[in-house]
Formats: sequence, structure tokens, C-alpha cells
Amino acid sequence: MTPNDPQDPTPRMTRRQALACLAHWSGAAVVWTVAGGVPHALGATRGDTPLTGQANNALTFVQISDTHIGFRKDANPDVVGSLRRAIADVNALPTPPAFIVHTGDVSHLSKPEEFGTARELLQEFRVDRVHTVPGEHDTIDDGATGYLRHFDHDGNGRSWYSFDQGGVHFVGLNNVLAFKAGTLAALGDEQLAWLKNDLADVRHSTPVVVLAHIPLWTIWEPWGWGTADSAQALALLRPFGSVTVLNGHIHQVLQKVEGNVELHTAMSLAYPLPTPGQAGIGEPGPVTVASSELPKLLGTRRINVVRNQHRLALIDKPLAA
Amino acid sequence: MKLSRYRIQRLWVPAGLTLLFCAAYAADALYAHAATPGNVVEVDIAKFAFTPKDITVAPGTKIVWTNHDEAPHTVASTDKSFASKGLDTDDRFEQTFSREGDFAYICSVHPFMTGTVHVHKP
Repeated sequence: MTPNDPQDPTPRMTRRQALACLAHWSGAAVVWTVAGGVPHALGATRGDTPLTGQANNALTFVQISDTHIGFRKDANPDVVGSLRRAIADVNALPTPPAFIVHTGDVSHLSKPEEFGTARELLQEFRVDRVHTVPGEHDTIDDGATGYLRHFDHDGNGRSWYSFDQGGVHFVGLNNVLAFKAGTLAALGDEQLAWLKNDLADVRHSTPVVVLAHIPLWTIWEPWGWGTADSAQALALLRPFGSVTVLNGHIHQVLQKVEGNVELHTAMSLAYPLPTPGQAGIGEPGPVTVASSELPKLLGTRRINVVRNQHRLALIDKPLAA
Repeated sequence: MKLSRYRIQRLWVPAGLTLLFCAAYAADALYAHAATPGNVVEVDIAKFAFTPKDITVAPGTKIVWTNHDEAPHTVASTDKSFASKGLDTDDRFEQTFSREGDFAYICSVHPFMTGTVHVHKP
């Protein structure tokens, strides 16, 4: 995480320097893949067949989500312990991921100490970078200001960004702040204009991975499980041959495929939520389960990108089987 | 005569009670839980909803919102005239309404949660 450290006294990287750094980093990844030898196993998937990725052509990264650092209620009195367990799992992988993405709700109440603790914990991942996007729990009192003090990825003071790595174009979005009363949260016009401009330079054959906290498709509107202007974002992504959208927010794995666009939500590392509109519950609040059941409902996801394969391989792994 | 007087009484007593009840009910509906300035009215935040969602109070009434959920919520007026910090479980937010008007508000964490404070002279 050092390249993104806002407490680092050295001057901010320019875009050119950042790209040079990323290029250097991609190079390092290639060296590592070659050194790792021919087709490498990525580890077991819930106890069944291991996936293999082609050397030189594969990029593996890990998605975590909804750590809610600061949460202390019955649904999970030890969210730090849950995150540490995930960190241990990822650090023990035979094939280290290139980086981690965190799809939001890093903190529970946007408090500076929660962001600080989260940042320190995320540094325990043995990876160079952790890319985050904000969730609505990260922007409670002052918009994205407090969040950006700890997680300003490109030093632009903006909570959305893009980068290229391993032949993949990654886009991180903020869909938790622009909203009108009584509606779903949204990306907003400024960010949509930025996205259009950002994608204009990307070849349509380049795989695109989009990170956003709230699902970019409407899962359950009465609980705010959707993004008001997601159709406009997806329209900008449709010309691309391979688009994978990684979301959090709903604390469970769901997916939708729309042509070349695949959308996936991930498990949380804090507490489970009800299934969409679950009968007898009525609201999207934390669900308390037996402590032995909790680690089966929390987990991480590994994503493997293999060049010339449009579909990304996703492996959702609970903290305990 | 005796019988008819008895009948009249029998008709009027329940009718009078009903009228009284209706008047009380109407006043209660219009001026929810407070009719005089300086009063305090409670609004619950529970199960991702404001209850009561619509409330009518007299000018000078203080409204106190309490979050009973495990999830954090806020109380943020759509005209930006007032906004709470993030309210954790059992946290409270107070706002006194001195001028008349209708004040719509949302939870800025969950913008599908809406409510309105109607401030009118009784």
C-alpha cells in the first residue's frame, strides 16, 4: 500500500509516474509468473477441483468487502478478527494475488479511528496494493472527505479512479453519495462523464473490471439495493468484449449476466444480511446467527483473469467451510 | 314519556361520547403528540423507517429522533436546513422547529428512508 500512502511526506505522484510505477509493477508480476513455472494451481475451491491459470497470461487478485471496522454488535462482536482471518487465508495462498480490491464499507461509522485501524489491518495483506471504493458507511458525516484522508488512490482528492494492470482496465466508482431523496443512490452526472471519458481511451478488446459498492443492477429497490443511474454506466460498458462488475453492500453472493457484462456481489467480512426482500424480516439490518455459523457466511473472493478468455474465473470462499 | 326519555338518553350518551372521541382523535392526528410550544416529540428510527413518518407539530416543538437499529442512520433535511451526524444504536438527535412549514428529511445513509415534519400553528 505504500505508493498510496497519503501520510507519505514525498510529493504526490503525477499520472505519468503512476503509470510508470504500474508498468514496472506489471513487469514484476510477469517475472513472478515465469519464475512460478508453467500452469500454476490457484488453490482448492471449496474442496473441489483447483483452477489453473496459464503462466504469463494470468492475473489473479482478491476481492474483499464490507469489513465494517468499528461494528461491535451481536451479529459480529469481532470484525477485526474476521478480517484478520481473511488476511491469513489470503497470505497463505500458494499463488499470491497481484493485489486486493475492497468494495466498500471499510468502516462502520466513517470515524477517523475506524479508517485508521482499517488501513493498518489492510497493510497486513502481503500485497503491494489494496484498491478501495467507498461504501455508504464510509461517507456518513462529511461525504468522502474522511475516507479520502486514508484512501486517496491517485491523489486527486476524488473517490473514483482507474488503472491498468495485467492487460485489464480497472475502474473504481463511488455510487453512494449522489442521490435524490426517496430514491436509490447513484453515480451522478459528473462521474458518468468521467467514466465516458476514461473508457474512450480503452480498446474494446481489453477486459474491463468495475468496482463499486452498491450493486450496479437493481436487486431489491425497497432496501436501496440498486443504483439509480446504473443503466447509463452499463451502456458505456456494453461495447467492451469482457466486463466484470464487482460489488459489495448486500453481504452475500449474487450474480447477473447481461450479454458481455457480468455482475457479482460478494460476501461481507462483518455480518450477514437477509436475502433480498426476505419474508419475515422487513429491513436490511445485520442478521445474528450462531457464532459457529458466522464464518460460513463471511468470506473472500479470488478472481482469475486469463488472457483471451472473456469470462473471469471467480472463487467465493467462506472463512470456514 | 319515561320510556322515550330513556330512549333519548340512550341515543345521546353514546353519540356524545363518540363526538368527544372523534374530536380527541382529530386533534391527535393533526397535532400528533404535541400541541403547545415548548413540547418535545419523539420520533423512532427503527427497522429502516421513521415512525411516525409524517408528524405535525406546533411551532417551537422540539423533535427528538432515536435510532433503535443496529445499522447507523442520519436525519438530514432535503433543504439542508438541518442534519444529524451518523447515529449509532441508541444515539439521539434533536431539532427545534420554530418556523411554520413542511420539512422533508431522509436518512442520508439510506436515502429510501423518508419522513416529513409539518410545523403549523394549532
